[in-house]
Amino acid sequence: MTAGFEAWPFLLLAIAATYLWRGLGVLVSTRIDPQGAVFRWVTCVSYAMLAGLISRMTIMPLGILAEVPLSDRLAAMAIAFLVFFGWRRKVLPGVAAGVVALVLLTVARRGGLLGF
Amino acid sequence: MSDTPASRGIVRRAVLDALGMPSLVLLASMTGFGSLARESALGLEIALLATAGIWGLPGQIALAELYAAGSEIVAVVMAVSLANARFLPMAVSFMPLLQPGLARRAWLYALVQFISVNTWAAGLRVCPGLPGAERRRYFAVFGTVCMTAALIGTAAGHLAAGALPQPVTYGLVFLNPVFFALIFADARDRATAFALLIGAVVGPLLHLVSPDWGLLATGVIAGTAAFWLARLPRSGARP
Repeated sequence: MTAGFEAWPFLLLAIAATYLWRGLGVLVSTRIDPQGAVFRWVTCVSYAMLAGLISRMTIMPLGILAEVPLSDRLAAMAIAFLVFFGWRRKVLPGVAAGVVALVLLTVARRGGLLGF
Repeated sequence: MSDTPASRGIVRRAVLDALGMPSLVLLASMTGFGSLARESALGLEIALLATAGIWGLPGQIALAELYAAGSEIVAVVMAVSLANARFLPMAVSFMPLLQPGLARRAWLYALVQFISVNTWAAGLRVCPGLPGAERRRYFAVFGTVCMTAALIGTAAGHLAAGALPQPVTYGLVFLNPVFFALIFADARDRATAFALLIGAVVGPLLHLVSPDWGLLATGVIAGTAAFWLARLPRSGARP
């Protein structure tokens, strides 16, 4: 596969550019007090970034999920939360319910069960 | 590090913890990535190395999608790197936990490769209750099991690409946001809850403003707001 050969520089540079953040994190972390305010602020920043990422992936996905209507993505996410909180905060049933809901909604649309 | 009964206990615990939901999610979501890589004309060996080397699904997806779209190499590398910029604050907030009793700091530069949302969340939950050496053992074993599951998933997805029905592929990709959303829905800490709520609202808005820098800006703006809000004295009665 000739196309695969061309991908190597992309991959190796991407790996290096990702490790940069991790390595920098270690470098910075050795100078920070884990009990201090800076550390707690950085933890808040991490959680906020991850929440923003998850929310963005659901509301405006970049990949093939964009082919699924927003209403279906939100409905499936809502079902996941309902099952999670209704089932003593168990992650596995919640995740399974959300994923199965999305698959079924997609299948239903294709079969014309939901119109359009 | 001697092989004492206590150390075997922590290895066993790490393996069992990782073999549950984290491995299952990685297996499934990396199957989605493996399929995407195949569709993006990336070979199996590239897909596997991307999983182990980048070790962060948003960055991996950016690599596959932008490579397939024929983007410039600088733009691709920048996008992958920015999609994974969260590893900086994550490493800063977690790696000090692995430091106590460590003679050579160089080990931290190796262990940090295992940081991902899964391992970071598990590490923050479990490690504070362990002595220094056991924390490192737990994190290394947990990370190794997770990475193994992810590599198996990547290979399976690459080999099965095209064979899976499209709705199932949607489900596999959707698994990522659902899993992380539920993991974080369990947050009890006040500052964490503020950070998650504000971040979830601000994230998509700032993405519209700047797809490249939106995520970093979300972290700084929402994280700082949450940090200050949590410091305010509580008003009204405590629940």
